[in-house]
Amino acid sequence: MANSLFEEKLCSNRFLVTTEVGPPKGADISEMVHHIDLLKNKVDAINVTDHQSSVMRFPSLGGCLSVKERGGEPILQVTCRDRNRLALQADLLLAYSRGIGNVLCLTGDSIDVGDHNEAKPVFDMDSVQLLKMIKTMESGTDIAGNDLKGTPKFCVGASVHPEADIIEPQLVKFDKKVAAGAQFFQTQGIFDLGSLRRFMQYASQFDVKILAGIIVMASARMARYMNDNVPGIIVSQAIIDELSTAEKGKGLQKGIEIAVRLIKTIKEENLCHGVHIMAVGNEAIVPDILEAAELVGAYP
Amino acid sequence: MIVAQQKPLEEIGRMIAPYERVLVLGCGTCMTVCDAGGEREVSFLHSALRLAEAKSGNGGHTFSEYTLKRQCDPEFLDLLVDKVEDVDAILSLGCGIGVQALAERFPDTPVLPGVNTCFMGMAKEWGIWDERCAACGDCRLEETAGICPITRCTKGILNGPCAGTKNGKCEANKDMDCAWILIYKRLERLGQLEKMRRYYPPRNFRAIPRPKRIVSKPSIGVGEDNG
Repeated sequence: MANSLFEEKLCSNRFLVTTEVGPPKGADISEMVHHIDLLKNKVDAINVTDHQSSVMRFPSLGGCLSVKERGGEPILQVTCRDRNRLALQADLLLAYSRGIGNVLCLTGDSIDVGDHNEAKPVFDMDSVQLLKMIKTMESGTDIAGNDLKGTPKFCVGASVHPEADIIEPQLVKFDKKVAAGAQFFQTQGIFDLGSLRRFMQYASQFDVKILAGIIVMASARMARYMNDNVPGIIVSQAIIDELSTAEKGKGLQKGIEIAVRLIKTIKEENLCHGVHIMAVGNEAIVPDILEAAELVGAYP
Repeated sequence: MIVAQQKPLEEIGRMIAPYERVLVLGCGTCMTVCDAGGEREVSFLHSALRLAEAKSGNGGHTFSEYTLKRQCDPEFLDLLVDKVEDVDAILSLGCGIGVQALAERFPDTPVLPGVNTCFMGMAKEWGIWDERCAACGDCRLEETAGICPITRCTKGILNGPCAGTKNGKCEANKDMDCAWILIYKRLERLGQLEKMRRYYPPRNFRAIPRPKRIVSKPSIGVGEDNG
């Protein structure tokens, strides 16, 4: 039996579509809930980010509960930046007990890039150890070897960076994540399909599903900013040039156009198993992207 | 060696304000080598404090200066007994260990830290110091080609690079090399990449429960065995 609805879909060999919502900075979750309602019936699952870019926000776990409450399928993003192994295990127990069946295991961005850069970085674990930890918990014990009363089960994923400028060490880590039990990967933002093709030539030897990360850029300025400031993002010059051709105020439209083109090509050429759309603050435009990429209606 | 930086003069001025007679005390070991608190820095600081005092018109301090061979060694601290009797406070330019050793040895005298102790490291080039060891108590440099991921990776992670590395640099600081790219390249050069392919479990922080004590007394009559 599958551990989650999303795991069932992973086995279905359909082209998969996931997206993400970023929780708010503050206790007013109405906008996030609105985004969840817009997206929940149009994608296979919704990730909820975990203090994205090390900026303190409403928690990922809370956002996932909202996704559940609204009838969607959540993917809990868990980073190792802010919690030690006790807190991580505890959060996973809570998640499972509340029907959250998918976890994306991440190391987490450096504290230095966020808005609380004087905080103590935890990193008691890394992403590979986190994946292993979940497997241990699923076998019925915590990672200290003590029996658990009630064993959680998850569908587990991880991230990978096919556009890294020095790719070999990233592939070593990818191998370790596969060996540690990752079933699916949502990649860092893909801007150059050549790097995705090369990566897939390598990754296709493994029995894992790869969802290409698609970041919707709102302007050339945003692309340059992300290149300089957001870890794990390398926007190609070609994309920046294309965004620069947009008329004033039409940057997002150009960004949507690029995202749609990438998604369509990935799907038509069957480059990987699906896409993960990251609209970074513009979640409301994701349905338009799905429609333009002809992905509407296929994902009830 | 231990690397430190002298505190700003203003902060030092605030710390010494309540005390009339202050001994500026240097340390002849690490602090001398890293230019933070050796004989030369003691002399400079002494002059700077006098100058600052003259400028502000808030006189009233009497300074003396001295540099010990090592502040962290009780044997050397005994040499200070006479000097400490004549002062109201010690401004130590030793590392945090030196300051605490002084505080233990001279329970009735306030000891003020004149430097910020930063890390254990080495001179990369003249005037540039780089951190190299986190004293984790569980050295794994054999696995990582002699490059410490706990110290040199901002996240201290053990199973390879995060996705934030770009141009071989760290996401937290674009001037710093990504430790895991360095490790990968050196393991490749040594023909030992299989070491990076292994899984490394979470660290054992009990390896060095803080504060740590190491007992290593020579066993009398058993030769060189330090048990």
